[in-house]
Amino acid sequence: MSALFFRDLKIAGRSGGAAMLGLLFFMAVVAVIPFGVGPDLNLLARIGPAILWIGALLASLLGLDRLFQADREDGSLDILLMQDFAGLVITILVKTAAHWVATGLPLVVASPLLSLMMNMDLQASGAVLLTLLVGSPAVALIGAAGAAIAVSLPRGGLLVSVLILPLTIPVLIFGVSAAYAAVTDPDPFMPPFLILCAITLFFAVIGPLAAALALRAAAD
Amino acid sequence: MSETTASRPGWFTSLANPTRFLGLAGRLTPWLAGLTAITLVIGLYMAFTAPEDYQQGSTVRIMFIHVPSAWLAMMCYSIMAVSAIGSLVWRHPLADVSVRAAAPIGAVFTALALVTGSLWGKPMWGTWWVWDARLTSFFVLFLMYLGLIALDRAMDDANRSARVSAVLVLIGFINIPIIKFSVDWWNTLHQPASVLRADGPTIHPTLLYPLLVMAIGFTLLFFTLHLMAMRNEIWRRRVNVMRQNAARRIGAKS
Repeated sequence: MSALFFRDLKIAGRSGGAAMLGLLFFMAVVAVIPFGVGPDLNLLARIGPAILWIGALLASLLGLDRLFQADREDGSLDILLMQDFAGLVITILVKTAAHWVATGLPLVVASPLLSLMMNMDLQASGAVLLTLLVGSPAVALIGAAGAAIAVSLPRGGLLVSVLILPLTIPVLIFGVSAAYAAVTDPDPFMPPFLILCAITLFFAVIGPLAAALALRAAAD
Repeated sequence: MSETTASRPGWFTSLANPTRFLGLAGRLTPWLAGLTAITLVIGLYMAFTAPEDYQQGSTVRIMFIHVPSAWLAMMCYSIMAVSAIGSLVWRHPLADVSVRAAAPIGAVFTALALVTGSLWGKPMWGTWWVWDARLTSFFVLFLMYLGLIALDRAMDDANRSARVSAVLVLIGFINIPIIKFSVDWWNTLHQPASVLRADGPTIHPTLLYPLLVMAIGFTLLFFTLHLMAMRNEIWRRRVNVMRQNAARRIGAKS
């Protein structure tokens, strides 16, 4: 399993920098916002956490269709499918973890830099960093199910985003509300943050399970 | 579909034979359609003769369309989820057809509920749309119906598409309890449940009875449409197979 993890990481780092592409997209989305709403620093600081979250969400949807497609093209997906169901679920969990480390973690690491550019104070950027660290795996995990559903389609990338985006709305809601709660005084930070953790754990169960079911269904 | 060596197949399993199902559906559809028409006519008559609400005036009549559509949109998704289980666990071919046929009907009911709700919201709340929990989760339901239809259209192989859609239907079922309880969990502009509640309905009977008749009418309407859509789907598949066979014969001749 760790061999699979490092193999996926190596491929993600090597093949044309798909991981870096997501990061670039994240930065581009955030950079476009000031052009849209104007360079008012106070306004940017106020909407900053929400912008960063939306940017990270869109960026992590971007690379999802590659999660199983590369394996399908070179045939290794068929070998992965040959094991029993429980093994397949674990394999998908490991693959998703590798995918998140390759594409999601860079977004989390880059978020303080972007929150600096959005004129957010230290506490707010810390809160965004923390909520993204906890929340972005949830997007990758439920995204695995979407990627598995669309794996056999020639141009499934857009479809994955359309199918998955409604399901990620709770992640966005609680991620953003936790990030705001850290800044605005009377709102407690912990309840939305803990719900966000719960969503991630919930998707860690549902996502790989549904992905395994869909891969099996798409294969035979 | 599957060669079971077990005892005689039950009634439900025997419906896996499409011809038998088509026969049954063909006999049921006219009756259902007639019942639907009668119930809807009675319901609409009762709706228009119902007294006006003392606060809302005549706009309360929007409720007789809005509430049944919303119920049906959720019931349709629940039926799809049950069918999805049937399609994944028992590989019942009829369940595949049911999921596929129900999605567009559910999307229409959802759109109807959203539009009528919006029309109702303008005079009552002073706005077409608010981003509160009930409305947002219902909008998400609409998006999911559209996503399911898009996924269905994107795949060529009907069998594979059915099983993959079934997985997605089951994931999306998380949304249904969220819609139902959103008015209790969050403070929303949308009023809380007033018919299906533990301590009995809080609507006055003069408004409740037309609503219930309309709900029955809408349910019958849904089942009629669903049966008809399932028949169409089976026929479409047969036409497809015949077309492929014809093409193969031509190919073999030349």
